[in-house]
Amino acid sequence: MSHSTHTQADVPTRTLALAGPIKAAILIGALAFLLVAPFLLYPIFLMKLLCFALFAAAFNLLLGYTGLLSFGHATFFGGAAYFTAHAVKVWGWPPEFGILLGVAGAAGLGLIMGAIAIRRQGIYFAMITLALSQMFFFFCLQAGFTHGEDGIQSVPRGHLLGVIDLSNSTNLYFTVLGVFLIGMALIWRFVNSPFGMILKSIRENEARAISLGYSVARYKLGAFVMSAALTGLAGGMKALVFQFATLTDVGWQMSGEVILMTLLGGIGTLIGPVFGAGLVVSLQNYLATSNVPVTIITGVVFMTCVLLFRRGLVGEFYASRLGRMLGFNPER
Amino acid sequence: MTMIFGIPLQALLGQLLVGLINGSFYAMLSLGLAVIFGLLRVINFAHGAQYMLGAFVALLMLKFAGIGYWGALVLAPLVVGAMGAFVERTMLSRLYKLDHLYGLLFTFGLALTIEGTFRYFFGASGQPYSTPAALSGGVNLGFMFLPIYRGWVVVASMVICLGVWFLIEKTKLGAYLRAATENPVLVQSFGINVPLLLTLTYGLGAGLAGLAGVLAAPIYQVSPLMGSNIIIIVFAVVVVGGMGSILGAIITGYMLGIAEGLTKVFYPEASNIVIFVIMAIVLILRPAGLFGKDA
Repeated sequence: MSHSTHTQADVPTRTLALAGPIKAAILIGALAFLLVAPFLLYPIFLMKLLCFALFAAAFNLLLGYTGLLSFGHATFFGGAAYFTAHAVKVWGWPPEFGILLGVAGAAGLGLIMGAIAIRRQGIYFAMITLALSQMFFFFCLQAGFTHGEDGIQSVPRGHLLGVIDLSNSTNLYFTVLGVFLIGMALIWRFVNSPFGMILKSIRENEARAISLGYSVARYKLGAFVMSAALTGLAGGMKALVFQFATLTDVGWQMSGEVILMTLLGGIGTLIGPVFGAGLVVSLQNYLATSNVPVTIITGVVFMTCVLLFRRGLVGEFYASRLGRMLGFNPER
Repeated sequence: MTMIFGIPLQALLGQLLVGLINGSFYAMLSLGLAVIFGLLRVINFAHGAQYMLGAFVALLMLKFAGIGYWGALVLAPLVVGAMGAFVERTMLSRLYKLDHLYGLLFTFGLALTIEGTFRYFFGASGQPYSTPAALSGGVNLGFMFLPIYRGWVVVASMVICLGVWFLIEKTKLGAYLRAATENPVLVQSFGINVPLLLTLTYGLGAGLAGLAGVLAAPIYQVSPLMGSNIIIIVFAVVVVGGMGSILGAIITGYMLGIAEGLTKVFYPEASNIVIFVIMAIVLILRPAGLFGKDA
């Protein structure tokens, strides 16, 4: 991880000798912050943040590392929220199995949507995922178990593994944090595996990947299902945190929101989406009490990001002099 | 009463008409998308917002300037088209060199901004726009009652679609456009101002969406949300038709509108997903779309 990079300018920047320890210190600092955060900030807000951060990171697996823009990820997020909420509330399942059902359901939906959508590329892929997720939205609007406009409300949080009482916010926070960290570790492992390398090669040059003998469609589908399943993990947790699942989570606006988080934080960076989610969720929280309409701000931020800093905040930092001295490698 | 498959003939024809009208809007909007995509390689997510903008410009012209329907039918598309051209010139044109996805994301942000602004000032509920006097009332066709305005919309949309098709396939300007689609560098080297063509094309597409919006105003309520509701369906239409052909976009628009209308008669629960189901089936059987050339 400590090779120096020659980016746009011809001036090679030397990586600091201390780069490794500094990065380790940042990571430990972030973890320490996450451990004490519930005692400093409102836990529900933090949990919302973690859920969306995992959602965005899972989404980025597809956009950042495979180059596929899905405009339908709300289906997996909201769908999993419905599945988990229904299993926990109506069937009385324990929370861990409820979340697992959400993940399995999201993966199943991902398999169907992915299999249809990967038949086209680029812009068409985005439009197809959007249309299919709108279809799922209408399905949720009419299906009985989702309770239409009302959604599934007052979902019980239950006891994790039958012991830990999740109605206690601190207990729930550390559960969500644990799931978040596992999810991030999975994504990290996935991205740095041979499978992840092949995905990146597809992103860079699909034709070449095909000519090298890789079955591109199968890899894309694999990435799609993986991303959908992790999104489902985030969606299921969100249903437990907020104790409801509604149509908002399956609407196209939600798919747009996760794109914004990823774009704002940095497409193709591991922690960019986490930062992006943090910013967007904080901004929404802040604007909720003011008069300024969120949609306008979201739209303007979107346009600004696309026009002015497509690398996103984290991506720009990686590409900056300081970032390169710390040995980060701006990929895009 | 005459029955077909256990359905009263009147209900069937009534829904067919509704389908044909919805289809008219799908056709006009997917046509605009196809024109923009053909040259700019941008999927114009703001198309729905521009359609909404057309309806609102007509409404505001009536309220504040006393300009009626016929005036709005000419002026509103020009206003929306000019706004589109401005956006293209100042912002969108910077993105052509990049991955096409950025064009989609930019126009998505634009759509959110426009929609949010109108929601802020006018609320989410719809406002009525009255049918012009010359087109109000209806005729009894013997088997059904046809409101004249609805008949007018179907005829007008067909004329517009054929007009655009003629402009692009049969005129000199259209020839330039098609040539620039194939090879912009070569066309530019012949001394044709390609960046100007791009701006005009985006303006034309946006203006078409605005025109559809004015036509829609007396039928549907004028609401800030009218665009985002229709744009996703139009995307599905475009996927089914394939964006390679102008005529394909038009035909697919009408066909899917009618299919939607018929579903309302036979299986109402599925009427708002039928277009997406058709899209999925077409993708499985013929990934390039019904009229598509490139996959």
